[in-house]
Amino acid sequence: MSNLAQLLSGPRSVGRPAIPAHLRSWPGRLLSSLATPGGAIFVLAALILVATIAENPNFGEPGVLIRFFGRTAPLAIAAIGQYYVIVSGEFDLSMAAVISMQVVLAGNFIGEDTGRIIPGLAIMLVLGAFIGVLNGLATTVLRVPSFIVTLGMMLALTGIVKHLTGGAADGNPADDFREIGRGKFENVPVVEVVPYSLLIFLVLAVAAAWLMRRPFGRSLLAAGDNPEAAHRAGTSLVWLKTRAFVLSSLSATVAGILLVGYAGVHPSVGQGYEFTAITAVVLGGVLLGGGRGWVLSAAAGAFTLELLFTYLTVQGVESTWRPAVQGLIIILAVAVSGRAWTAGRRPRRGARRTEISTAPPQPPSPGTTTGEVDA
Amino acid sequence: MILNGRVNRTLTSTGIVYLVLVAAIVIGAILTGLHDRNFFSTGNVRAILTFTSVLGFVAIGQTLVILVGSLDLSVPFVISLSSVLAAGIMDGQSGNVAQAVVLTLLVAAGIGLANGLIVSLLGVHGFVATLGTGLIISGYLATNYQGSSGSAPRSFRLIGANQIGPVPVSTLIMLGCAAAAILLLRRTRTGHQIYAVGGNREVARLSGIRTSVPVVVAHVLCSVLAGLAGLLLLSRLSVGSPTIGSQGGYDLMSIAAVVLGGTLLAGGKGNIVGTLGGVAIFAVMDQVMSVIEVTSFLQDVVRGLVIVLAVAVYARREVERRPAPFDRPTGLDAALVEAR
Repeated sequence: MSNLAQLLSGPRSVGRPAIPAHLRSWPGRLLSSLATPGGAIFVLAALILVATIAENPNFGEPGVLIRFFGRTAPLAIAAIGQYYVIVSGEFDLSMAAVISMQVVLAGNFIGEDTGRIIPGLAIMLVLGAFIGVLNGLATTVLRVPSFIVTLGMMLALTGIVKHLTGGAADGNPADDFREIGRGKFENVPVVEVVPYSLLIFLVLAVAAAWLMRRPFGRSLLAAGDNPEAAHRAGTSLVWLKTRAFVLSSLSATVAGILLVGYAGVHPSVGQGYEFTAITAVVLGGVLLGGGRGWVLSAAAGAFTLELLFTYLTVQGVESTWRPAVQGLIIILAVAVSGRAWTAGRRPRRGARRTEISTAPPQPPSPGTTTGEVDA
Repeated sequence: MILNGRVNRTLTSTGIVYLVLVAAIVIGAILTGLHDRNFFSTGNVRAILTFTSVLGFVAIGQTLVILVGSLDLSVPFVISLSSVLAAGIMDGQSGNVAQAVVLTLLVAAGIGLANGLIVSLLGVHGFVATLGTGLIISGYLATNYQGSSGSAPRSFRLIGANQIGPVPVSTLIMLGCAAAAILLLRRTRTGHQIYAVGGNREVARLSGIRTSVPVVVAHVLCSVLAGLAGLLLLSRLSVGSPTIGSQGGYDLMSIAAVVLGGTLLAGGKGNIVGTLGGVAIFAVMDQVMSVIEVTSFLQDVVRGLVIVLAVAVYARREVERRPAPFDRPTGLDAALVEAR
């Protein structure tokens, strides 16, 4: 309770000196991290979940809930990919195009031939990594803003995919391949089923959280916060940001593989995913422009967004209003989290001014025109 | 005078844009010639100019917004909204045209005002703010309009169809707006503030500029120009369509045209003349590709490549030939000298 009180009143206004957040006991640290935008998303998700279950108790069944998580996993994976790029201060608009390319590739290359699943997966991953390398090198070496690079990549990829397919659905991959996306372990106690997609998401999420604690993740955050400083500190921005773009394209590839299972093969699969993924990341409290945010909050943002849509459906709101809600949410989320991040960053302008005025410069001693220091 | 001598020696990025445009026209003329068609035929020129008008309106507004350091992703939805709104009010009656145009532009200005206030007062990045308002409008459109609705009277349709010589009236209106925007940027206090805030918001604030004013002005003008584009599309189609804006992809295409025109995506540097060049390059490319029958899907591939390569060329130049500090007047200084 005292922690909470201290938290609410702010560290500066209490009489005794405030303990730095990282030295407090772990419940204290947990509470203070819940007050950051990256932590608040988990509270928000829990609140919406409770509200949805209160409205429709059926949704609270473990089996129903876990199927929901399995269904949302591709979006969450895409959000994790988008996180790497956004936190390093860039954008990836080519995500949806990569997804649709991979989906069409799976349909055409693998087809009904079960033996081609492994080589097919390999080709998809290599191609995804290659697109990431192209995006990254164009952004860092050619110094084209990533917004433009990935926009160009999006136009080029969708153009090629639609040219090759004629804009219509064709080819359906073998059922074994689609099982990756829609399959599940049956007869699991308590939750009935565990979708493969959820397991894949969990593995990737753990890997992402580990990666962000590694030197790579730390440098990525530093580069997003201040590229000049990161560069002077010896980071290779070219290789660093290129890896971020590769991770983003690979995440889109994995999302595409899972979506084949759910949605089948059509060039329009994945449409709008780039903006939805960005929405999820931003909703997770990650600062657009880079340097701030936690990767698991980005994933939580994806689940929160889908939960919100579910809640609206339960409430009987027409599905056509979905985009409007999505729009309202991201504006509010960014407005609130932008304030919160800057609040934690430095003292308010007034505070800083008094700080300066409390330490007035020493008045020069009279008569020391020679510049000698009076000891 | 000294300024002129310097400008002549160093090629400005606007100069490069127009060199690229000339190259595009030459290549286009050769390619169309190989297909036994005349590139400079009246029909062809008219098609190119018609293409420039709609994208031109949007790109002029987008230039203002990008110069001030923001972005506008809501334009396609503003275009769609103004098209259905005006068509609904006109309802085929010539008498309703004036009030329809005024009301539609007011609504567009209101959306721009909302964008500007969200960006400047709430401190939300322009990308997110306008993505959000755009999504809100798209939700409204999807809920209230299932298909095309309303209709434009004949008198209004003439605006889209009329032309003076080979030049469509709509292109002339667009050029008029461009001239007004150039005057705004070069001759008015707000115009200079747009450059200042886009260049460095904090420095502009410390120099005593109320930074929210140019941001709001740029967003309002951008939305009004998008509204004009919607009205123009209505006069061509004669019915309002709730998806006309997003089908055209005007958000990303206008940003691409602005950047192709040499304006920095980060803001503070660039001009309208360059943007018009960027729009013209797109128009020539599109027309040539449709004449020589490249499928629309491959057109996207070519567009994507051209955008990235062109911006790479500017960026390279930017790095290599950046002047030493205080060595050469920047665009703003030149504009200030000229204004004096």
